[in-house]
Amino acid sequence: MLYREAGQYKTSYAADMAIFPLRQDRIGLAAILAIAFVAIPMTGNQFFLSSVMIPFLVFSLAAVGLNILTGYTGLLSLGTGAFMGVGAYACYKLATAFPDVNILVWILCSGFFAAAIGVIFGLPSLRIKGFYLAVATLAAQFFLQWSFVRIPWLYNYNASGAIEVPTRTLFGLPLTGATASPETRYFALLVIVVALTWIASNLVHGRVGRMWMAVRDMDIAAELMGIRLLHTKLLAFAVSSFFCGVAGACMMFLWYGGGEANDLFNINLSFNILFMVIIGGLGSLIGSFMGAAFISILPTALKFGLPAIGIPIAGATAEHVNLLLVGGLIIFFLIVEPHGLARLWQILKQKLRVWPFPY
Amino acid sequence: MSDVSLKSELAAFRMTPGLWTIAGVAGFALLLVIGSLTGAIGKDTFAYRVFIDPFAQMVEMPDLFAQTLWEGLVGGVLYALIALGFVLIFKASGVFNFAQGIMVVFAALTLVGAYEKLGTIGIRGEAAAFIALGVALAVMLALAYAVERVVLRPLVNQPDIILFMATFGLTYLLIGLGEAIFGGNPKVMIADQLYLPRGAIDLNILGGRVTIQKLDIAAAVIASAMIAILALFFQYTRIGRALRAVADSHKAALSVGISLNQIWIIVWFAAGVVELVTGIMWGARSDVSFGLQTIALKALPVLILGGFTSIPGAIVGGLIIGVGEKIGEFYWGPLVGGAIESWLAYIIALIFLLFRPQGLFGDKIIERI
Repeated sequence: MLYREAGQYKTSYAADMAIFPLRQDRIGLAAILAIAFVAIPMTGNQFFLSSVMIPFLVFSLAAVGLNILTGYTGLLSLGTGAFMGVGAYACYKLATAFPDVNILVWILCSGFFAAAIGVIFGLPSLRIKGFYLAVATLAAQFFLQWSFVRIPWLYNYNASGAIEVPTRTLFGLPLTGATASPETRYFALLVIVVALTWIASNLVHGRVGRMWMAVRDMDIAAELMGIRLLHTKLLAFAVSSFFCGVAGACMMFLWYGGGEANDLFNINLSFNILFMVIIGGLGSLIGSFMGAAFISILPTALKFGLPAIGIPIAGATAEHVNLLLVGGLIIFFLIVEPHGLARLWQILKQKLRVWPFPY
Repeated sequence: MSDVSLKSELAAFRMTPGLWTIAGVAGFALLLVIGSLTGAIGKDTFAYRVFIDPFAQMVEMPDLFAQTLWEGLVGGVLYALIALGFVLIFKASGVFNFAQGIMVVFAALTLVGAYEKLGTIGIRGEAAAFIALGVALAVMLALAYAVERVVLRPLVNQPDIILFMATFGLTYLLIGLGEAIFGGNPKVMIADQLYLPRGAIDLNILGGRVTIQKLDIAAAVIASAMIAILALFFQYTRIGRALRAVADSHKAALSVGISLNQIWIIVWFAAGVVELVTGIMWGARSDVSFGLQTIALKALPVLILGGFTSIPGAIVGGLIIGVGEKIGEFYWGPLVGGAIESWLAYIIALIFLLFRPQGLFGDKIIERI
């Protein structure tokens, strides 16, 4: 009744091809952005911002990146964590080598370094497919993780071997480092995520995205139609790694604020981001956000939510229950809807369109 | 007449890419040997340390080389065992079972946990160990049944990646369950009670001493026996024939009256038995902890090297990876700062894959439009 296209006439091709053809969708998007930019910083406390929203945004960005590679181009990758690590180290090296340049510039630039590494490790994708490729990307994961420890130049020959995030300011407010407030970090991160998601949306809806999807559906057929496989696959690796690299830099500079990067960017991170993409929905940008919300917020919610509703669980048990629940929910969701939360959302919208008179 | 046959033989001999590679490597090696003998490559150059020095060390100290080789072989056999579990499940149900590693841990934990439980009610020693073995087998059977019922059956006909994901869920579930039941502390494997030998044999060969752990010999023997039994089972029994039929084609197997669900349970249980043996062996070498599940990640390069669908591939791949990794770490590792074991296996596998994208023994990939 409220959500349907009746009365909305499209008078141009541009309007017909819009990503959000329904006015209600556009209003919904504006509402979400308004909540993210205004309501959450105004009402949320520091804990909510720094341990719920910031991780969620970082993971969303990484999930969007992996979705470009796995969901849109069909190349299974298990090296996401390492590519994020490349971004974090690149950002650290750049920020310490050129301290006068704004840190936001370096966070974005670090993505290019991750993209370059991603292209190198993407080269085998031309000959290797499917699970074979997934295992090949594990080579990237373990090799890069090893270099993070064994190449001391990467962490400026620190005694601790960890990244120490320097304090940098934006408009006079400390953005990174120990003194940065969660609000500043949240805003910066939100701007980065929204901007990059907009770029990703334009990419996947345009010529490049069509090429990626053609390769995903059947790469030989795509090649016969004149799509150059080498360029397309490597472009997917580059763009995906760019997003992951920026996410990694954000994770280190805006979320953790320094630490043992080798432990952080490990294989489990790669797997977690793959979860988010699959639970959210392969080949769907909104799915990346839903998956990231599901996987990153669920443990926190369980940890603090269950005691709040009167189920007391101690620390160690909470961890076990958490694992059991997450594992069970993954299997449950895959059985109920193998195409992910994004498909559930679509079904819901379709139901809403015909409500209250379904046929 | 002989002239003609010679000609046709010459015509049949073509330089394939593989032969070019071998010729190139041989030429490069020859160049290096000549260079080092004539003094063109000095002792301090990088080329000398990478290409000459390790081989010189191997020749000078053959006992050390034999020791490294042996350790690599034992490691390789154990990798091959894990890869075998993967291959069994992949062939029969098309599932890339990521939960393999945690299932190894879970099987070993069940064994040790059951033994401890029996100890509290007064049953100790060998008898208890074998009762515990029975309990562990029963648990693996129950697990196989549950997986088939809860995960595989509802997800039949889904894309591979979805099933792959489901085994991730299974991994989390089993970690949570294992930690809740058995606790997170490392446990000692009941090796003595299962009549596994301990101690070492020192062999005086090649002008030096090579130490061989008795446990490693036992591991190699048991693993080989296991593989042989599986091969015979696949080749000569009714169920084995059904398993091969399912591996060839699900639909064709169904149409001749083979119950897929039953086969899946059998295969997951067979993989569970392999996992239990692996768990005992790895557990006896170190201890039983959740850290063991990372060895499953080591089995992945073995798997792609051998091909996902080939049991001989799993064995040969395991040996190549095991030996290559140990020798690489020992002779080349120090050049780049050590600990290259973590990624060397993947790089070896990657290089092999570039020449054979389906692995050494995998089914040829034929793509049609």
